[in-house]
Amino acid sequence: MQILAELAGVPTTESGPSLPQRLVDLCATALPVTGVGLIVMTDAGPGAILAATDGAARVMEELQFTLGEGPCVEASQQRRPVLQPELARTAPQRWPGFAAGALDAGIRAIFAFPLQVGGIRVGVLDLYRDTEGILDDAELAEALAFADAALTILLHLPTGAGTEDMHPGLVALVQNRAEVHQATGIVSVQAALGLAEALLLLQAHAFVVDRSMLDVARDVIARVLKFAPEDDHRE
Amino acid sequence: MSREQRLARVFVELADTLVAEFDVIDFLHTLTDRSVELLGAAAAGLMLADQRGNLRLIASSAESARLLEVFELQNAEGPCLDCFHTGEQLVNLDEATMRARWPNFWAETMQLGFRSAHALPMRLRDEIIGAINLFGSTDVLLTEDEVAVGQAMADVATIGLLQERSVLQKDVLVEQLQTALNSRVLIEQAKGVLSERAQIAIDEAFTTMRAQARARGTTLTTIATEILNGSYKTADL
Repeated sequence: MQILAELAGVPTTESGPSLPQRLVDLCATALPVTGVGLIVMTDAGPGAILAATDGAARVMEELQFTLGEGPCVEASQQRRPVLQPELARTAPQRWPGFAAGALDAGIRAIFAFPLQVGGIRVGVLDLYRDTEGILDDAELAEALAFADAALTILLHLPTGAGTEDMHPGLVALVQNRAEVHQATGIVSVQAALGLAEALLLLQAHAFVVDRSMLDVARDVIARVLKFAPEDDHRE
Repeated sequence: MSREQRLARVFVELADTLVAEFDVIDFLHTLTDRSVELLGAAAAGLMLADQRGNLRLIASSAESARLLEVFELQNAEGPCLDCFHTGEQLVNLDEATMRARWPNFWAETMQLGFRSAHALPMRLRDEIIGAINLFGSTDVLLTEDEVAVGQAMADVATIGLLQERSVLQKDVLVEQLQTALNSRVLIEQAKGVLSERAQIAIDEAFTTMRAQARARGTTLTTIATEILNGSYKTADL
């Protein structure tokens, strides 16, 4: 994955910007947007603002936290991107409180991408700009690539892994293979884990035995490979 | 029932699904089932292109692991991939044609007992968003009328996915397609969870989920969500 590779090119230091911060900065530079915010949002609702570019991005995220409404809250709950190229026209009916604050802050368009793998819900990547207009095909594809990178970072957040430990194709791979999702479900029951942890466990196992996640997933489905609750700690 | 009556009934059923509590995955599964019935096919699958240009299976008339692989294989070669790239119908593909054009795809389809294949584009104005793939267990050819019915099903699928005919904007298209793709992932995870909890095979887990959804008059996505959040009791089966 190119974006993660680019981020990995600069080692994260104690004093330097965090990995999520560098992701939003890079995203804001690469795309024709004014700012970018990355927030943690699970089934329980909004968690924390993980990173935001300077300016209105933080205002935008704080509004959604305070009011509990807005494009990113909706993107997470409805499990879908919420693309609002003309905020002034569409937002006031949909999110009255949020629209007033966002328009005041000079925001004219918002593109919110849920960071999810099926039932795994970790956050939202919000892009905004101070002019109206849609993202074209290439820009949307780029934004989705940033969303994939953000999803990978958020999935690994609890493990404290750096980019060098992240499976570079994790998101691309899991999104394309039904077997990996089925195996994730099976492992979550066997090992008594949440889906996100089960996915990471599958990935870690594949890494340790030096096989592809797809091969490991097939063994899980065939019940050739089984996990138990304590396997969570076997590394 | 005459052929025309059956046809009319199917389209009314699909239209009904569109106005009821709408679940795009349920709708597309029903559509693949009905296209199998109406066109005398052995299996049907519906593939959508994601933003990365990969074809991903959204719904199929059967969910055996082998069949799913034949659909997934078409990210490398096959009629769905060609249909998606050219926007042209590829119908009445016989064994010789498949063998010559897509040897790996052909080998897999033969193993499943299929002898013919068809791919119909899902088109939204100038854009191809995916394709419907049909397989036959004999080399019986579709008539021109049947091809027209198949294409009408593909067109209805496109409308259903976009939920409204008036969707002209690119951003709404992206929202709808991403939702469908994520719902599909949710269902795969739930199949795994149910399979392990109830100690049943993956295929059986899917059949159970669909039967439950019908019995309760709810959607497949709702059942999948309940399975994942633990509110669905396996003992209720």
